[in-house]
Amino acid sequence: MIPQEISETLKARFGEAILEAKLEGVLNPSIRVAPERVQDIALFLRDDDHLLFDVLMCLSGVDYTAGKLGVVYHLDSMKRSHKITLKVEVTCDNPRVASVQSVWRTANWHEREAYDLFGIVFDGHPDLRRILLPDDWEGHPLRKDYRVPEFYNGMKVPY
Amino acid sequence: MEETLTQSAGVPGFARALKSEEIVINMGPQHPSTHGVLRLSVIADGEVVVDVIPHMGYLHRCFEKHCEHMTNYQQVIPYADRMDYVAAMSNEFGFVVAMEKMLKITVPERVEYIRVIMAEFSRIVSHLIAIGTYGLDIGAFTPFLYCMRDRERVLDIFEQTCGARLLYNYMWVGGLSHDVQPNFAERSKDFCTYFRPKIKELNDLLSYNKIFIERTANVGVLPADVAINYACSGPVLRGSGVKWDLRKNDPYSVYSALEFEIPVGTGAMGKVGDCWDRYMVRVREMEQSVNIIEQAAAKLPAGDVQSAIPKRIRPDAGDVYVRTETPKGELGYYIIADGSASPFRVKVKSPCFVNLSALPAISRGAMISDLVAILGSVDIVLGEVDR
Amino acid sequence: MGLLDQKFENSNVIITSLDSLLNWARLSSVWGMQFGLACCAIEMMATGASHYDLDRFGTFFRATPRQSDVMIVSGTVTLKMASRIKVLYDQMSEPRYVISMGSCATCGGPYWEHGYHVLKGVDRVIPVDVYVPGCPPRPEALMEGLLKLQEKIRTESLAKKKSA
Repeated sequence: MIPQEISETLKARFGEAILEAKLEGVLNPSIRVAPERVQDIALFLRDDDHLLFDVLMCLSGVDYTAGKLGVVYHLDSMKRSHKITLKVEVTCDNPRVASVQSVWRTANWHEREAYDLFGIVFDGHPDLRRILLPDDWEGHPLRKDYRVPEFYNGMKVPY
Repeated sequence: MEETLTQSAGVPGFARALKSEEIVINMGPQHPSTHGVLRLSVIADGEVVVDVIPHMGYLHRCFEKHCEHMTNYQQVIPYADRMDYVAAMSNEFGFVVAMEKMLKITVPERVEYIRVIMAEFSRIVSHLIAIGTYGLDIGAFTPFLYCMRDRERVLDIFEQTCGARLLYNYMWVGGLSHDVQPNFAERSKDFCTYFRPKIKELNDLLSYNKIFIERTANVGVLPADVAINYACSGPVLRGSGVKWDLRKNDPYSVYSALEFEIPVGTGAMGKVGDCWDRYMVRVREMEQSVNIIEQAAAKLPAGDVQSAIPKRIRPDAGDVYVRTETPKGELGYYIIADGSASPFRVKVKSPCFVNLSALPAISRGAMISDLVAILGSVDIVLGEVDR
Repeated sequence: MGLLDQKFENSNVIITSLDSLLNWARLSSVWGMQFGLACCAIEMMATGASHYDLDRFGTFFRATPRQSDVMIVSGTVTLKMASRIKVLYDQMSEPRYVISMGSCATCGGPYWEHGYHVLKGVDRVIPVDVYVPGCPPRPEALMEGLLKLQEKIRTESLAKKKSA
């Protein structure tokens, strides 16, 4: 299926949860969806017979500056040979997105990493804690306004 | 396991209530078999593993933050090298393919063929280390030395081309940093002729060794549907019987012009998807890489490797996601550009990170020594897991 | 050895011969701890393998810090790992030495400027005896570092108080 058909199928099923679709003239066609409905959309994308997106290739957190964070999902279907990108945008004050780890188990660690580096909270994740940085680290480093701490546990951090 | 005997008090040597607990064993960041700084908290009931909790981040070197501070996209390449440091050329390959898609550059054919040859050499080098250290984990010391000996030959070719043995900074966006030496094609073919009998030697020494088979067959079985749900890729996925290789299923560069096969696990020694299958897929992939190198070296066209390198890299605002097949699996680069000369966001989807997330699922119920075998067969490199 | 330390405060002929004997014994069998962090670990493995043999210097790798003489810190030291390195160093028994291999362990390496999680040099947590520069250093460079360490051991003396 081409991206237009995927977008129309989703719109027919989910209506206003599908916010925007950038499909023409871009290298990476993407569909922006509402953050709280991501899990239902993901379940539909995985199980519907025409779509069958069985692989979550990548889940990235993004800091779009101006107080906006986002999550980008890259999906692939091995059986139907098509790909799509889903995007979600949240604000820094309320960075909550529904977790898709029950749909694709690989999202478990990807979401922990997005939480660790950006501070995006995934509702429904069974074990949301830091994965790459130490547990007592303060702050979320990949945000654009992050300031490197001077000391960590007695060790000087900058050069 | 609790037997309370009523007449226990005051009687020496009499069995009292026997309680057993699960213990938490820490296979700490410094361990000979964890292939780097990985910490595994193993919850064990005696010798049987109940659960494994991997802790990582001991090598988190802030690759993605560095990319955002670079003043030029070409400066990302040495950092990309250092992620999967065992097969550095493959990381560079993924990044430059992604950037060339974003900038809509076509590179000369000579560049494509040299890149493919380097990537396949990189695959051989990575699998040699994987096999050598796997033998070391199981307890076989000699195959490790044999693998390192063969690896030195490949490193000589790398050193002749770009001056470095391990971390190259060779593939640039739009081309290569140096052209190859005039005898490159001949040297590559000589290596292929030298290496084929060595694979047979490795099979005689390790692959069909009875002890090795006992330790790895029927251990750590990963079913195909679990592997797909965990988004495993590379030899881990192919060992479970799924015939999926990006070089054939989503081709990039000149792989569609070359003939090679995709080995999959067949359960020859045990169940499909056990450690032996994953290991054998790697050995067979080395054979296929040798075929690819011979074909590409024979077809190597003439040309200028630096003609398409852009003077200034300033892509239009937008994003791109490109995935390539590295020796560990599917490496994905998600690059967001904002119209300036610095990347806005570079996210790396690391195959080792994803393959490692399947480790707890396949090691429940195994013994602790099987855990070492399973971890070795997943073949992780911590630089890529932690980035 | 402790009694000998106390009896002979100044160098004399017995101490110097004993020194040379002891130092020669120590430098000829410097056992390294198998402790690879990152890319330099692969070069360390290559140095220990058959092409650039380390066994001819008497060095081979032990898995546990309790039985090793030298800790070759090969690779980037992150802040999360630094406390573990300190624990490992404390677990080694004296005489113990540290070789900082590669530019990441020496000064933070290519991650010195923007690495928020990288310790800029392992000498911020443990004392280092020999620094081997390179990214990664060639096996010959690591062997040179080991030979320099052997020179350093050769000049040690029982009479001088060892700094902690």
